[in-house]
Amino acid sequence: MSKHTLSVMVENEPGVLSRVAGLFSGRGFNINSLNVAPTLEKDVSLMTIVAEGDDAIIEQIVKQLRKLIPTIKVKDLTELNSVDREMVLIKVNAEDSKRAEILRIVDIFRCKVVDVSADELTIEITGDQSKIGAIVNLLTRFGIKEIARTGNVAMQRSMQIEL
Amino acid sequence: MKLTGAQILLKCLEEEGVDVMFGFPGGAVIDIYDEIPNSKVEHILVRHEQGAIHAADGYARASGRAGVCLLTSGPGATNAVTGIATAYADSIPVVIFTGQVPRALIGNDAFQEVDIVGITRPCTKHNYLVQDIKDLQTIIKQAFYLARSGRPGPVLVDLPKDIQQQKVEFDYPKDVSMRSYKPTRKPHIGQIRKVVKLLKKARRPLFYTGGGVISSAAHEELTWLGQKLSIPVTSTLMGLGAFPGDDDLFLGMLGMHGTYAANMAVNDCDLLLAVGARFDDRVTGRIDTFAPNATIVHIDVDPTSIQKNVSVHVPIVSDCKPALAALKKETEGTLEEFDWAADHKEWVDEVQGWNREHPLTYKDDGEGIKPQYVVEKIYEITKGDAIIATEVGQNQMWAAQFYKYAKPNTLLTSGGLGTMGYGFPAAMGAQKAFPDKLVIDIAGDGSIQMCIQEMMTVVCNKLPVKIVILNNGYLGMVRQWQELFYDKNYCATCMDAQPDFVKLAEAYGAAGFRVTEKKDVEKTLREAFKVDKPVIVDIRVEKEENVYPMVPAGASLTEMLLV
Repeated sequence: MSKHTLSVMVENEPGVLSRVAGLFSGRGFNINSLNVAPTLEKDVSLMTIVAEGDDAIIEQIVKQLRKLIPTIKVKDLTELNSVDREMVLIKVNAEDSKRAEILRIVDIFRCKVVDVSADELTIEITGDQSKIGAIVNLLTRFGIKEIARTGNVAMQRSMQIEL
Repeated sequence: MKLTGAQILLKCLEEEGVDVMFGFPGGAVIDIYDEIPNSKVEHILVRHEQGAIHAADGYARASGRAGVCLLTSGPGATNAVTGIATAYADSIPVVIFTGQVPRALIGNDAFQEVDIVGITRPCTKHNYLVQDIKDLQTIIKQAFYLARSGRPGPVLVDLPKDIQQQKVEFDYPKDVSMRSYKPTRKPHIGQIRKVVKLLKKARRPLFYTGGGVISSAAHEELTWLGQKLSIPVTSTLMGLGAFPGDDDLFLGMLGMHGTYAANMAVNDCDLLLAVGARFDDRVTGRIDTFAPNATIVHIDVDPTSIQKNVSVHVPIVSDCKPALAALKKETEGTLEEFDWAADHKEWVDEVQGWNREHPLTYKDDGEGIKPQYVVEKIYEITKGDAIIATEVGQNQMWAAQFYKYAKPNTLLTSGGLGTMGYGFPAAMGAQKAFPDKLVIDIAGDGSIQMCIQEMMTVVCNKLPVKIVILNNGYLGMVRQWQELFYDKNYCATCMDAQPDFVKLAEAYGAAGFRVTEKKDVEKTLREAFKVDKPVIVDIRVEKEENVYPMVPAGASLTEMLLV
């Protein structure tokens, strides 16, 4: 079992999200995250899907996505050199005694404080999965009150070199 | 000229060459029905929407053209869902038009409103809700194109009532171009050459063919390859008729109720050529023991079918016809230099030996009428020149085993979904496509009662479908499983409380016959097939006859229960 990030270009028409979601639920495929947004072309949307499965299942997922009529293109970015990022908002307990330490972590991870109150901080972080996993881990002990994640977005690198 | 949505729909159907549609009116399609008298498209009024969709499906399977049905919103549409799923499972081109409440009411839980596009999303190839009259003609064009091309399938178009009433200029598009849909039609020639190489090396090759050969009309190419290269052929239920059923190289059906020879051949072959088939669980049995010694070539137009259930060595994404034609072209030149028949003789002898050892058979001993005997008689009387529809269950398996299909499109059966009640309305649709052909529904007493209301439709439209009920007073296939695997606990399978089918036929204005003795079977069938109106022949067969061979669910193909 491994996670694959799929970039799926679809016609931007009503029902397309439901077709994709229905494909996953109907066939029992695991979906970790799904992100949809318009592209520069007005009739086209880009979905970034993180799915989990062994090679045969991922192959089926890719083929089944291609089979959907509104699907224009499917790329498995995991097999290509790509960048992937997720943005997360985390609301964390921050009473006076903890605040300095939390701010240090914010600093180390180069994220931003976007909202503050007497005993809470809301932090915005962007990064790849390992960075987000790390900060969530570090903040857990202060007590995370709320978390909102965008799901992965990803893109193939222009030059196929490891940076 | 500006036309209403309703008028445009009918015009488009004419442009698509549709001569008949099956339907049932209602408030949300009344505008379309208002225009039908002015159209060249004939409308057959069914008695239940399930009848309409199965009839359109039967019409499509028998004729190879797209079937069409027209239904109202809400319950009209939901009643067709079983039939849509049936067509989807068997890849049958059907276009379904449903009425919808006016756009302003969509989402308001209006009277007879249902989200039929949502409901049918997983059981159609594609579906549309028309939201702008300007899109109507393009959508209809695409609907027919999608239904017929690539891997065929049902396409549903939902038409809000106000769209049917709005006007727009009629200008039907000549062709379709969809950047997101470009099915592969032709094979990669390198892959075909690989197959030729494998064929030359193989000692024990076997064709395993399915419904794809029929839907792409590749039967001639298949027959040529089988016969010229001396390769035995086994077929799925859906593929029967693509290779002549009486040819010595034909092993019959494989799988759960396949022949001994076919299942043994799959087990022993060293090259399995799967064409337009999808390794369904009813075919493969226990998957890890399926074709254990074979290099597997898989030709299919749908990439998702390939590598789905079994891993194959040579995948070929292509419509079956161009792929088999390419294979023919690549092997034609070898016929002179290479004696294929001699090369495969040992294998063919072995396969035919299995067939002699354990042919399809049944014990015809007692007084009673064996259902297999009835099917054999139907084959003898019709000389194989009939269109056979089946219901689902034992009747379906006997119809597949004991009738030898010589031509494609002559067996109409719900293979993938296994829909009881399919056969009769499908026969009705086939009869509409071929008014002069003998169309027989081989039925069980359980299944036939699921769409029996269409008796009125066939009588009033003079569609002389012949229904032969193999009446055993049981839901026989489930009873067979209960007998074999559930300690004969015949819970809810006894159906001996049943109508008098002869009187029922007569009540509808059809003819009815009953047969209770073996000596009357042939005579009565002959007589019934000559009647120029719909007929029900109620044949009281042996009650607890089983379908054999049988591979228990989940067992390997070689673990067959024989007669």
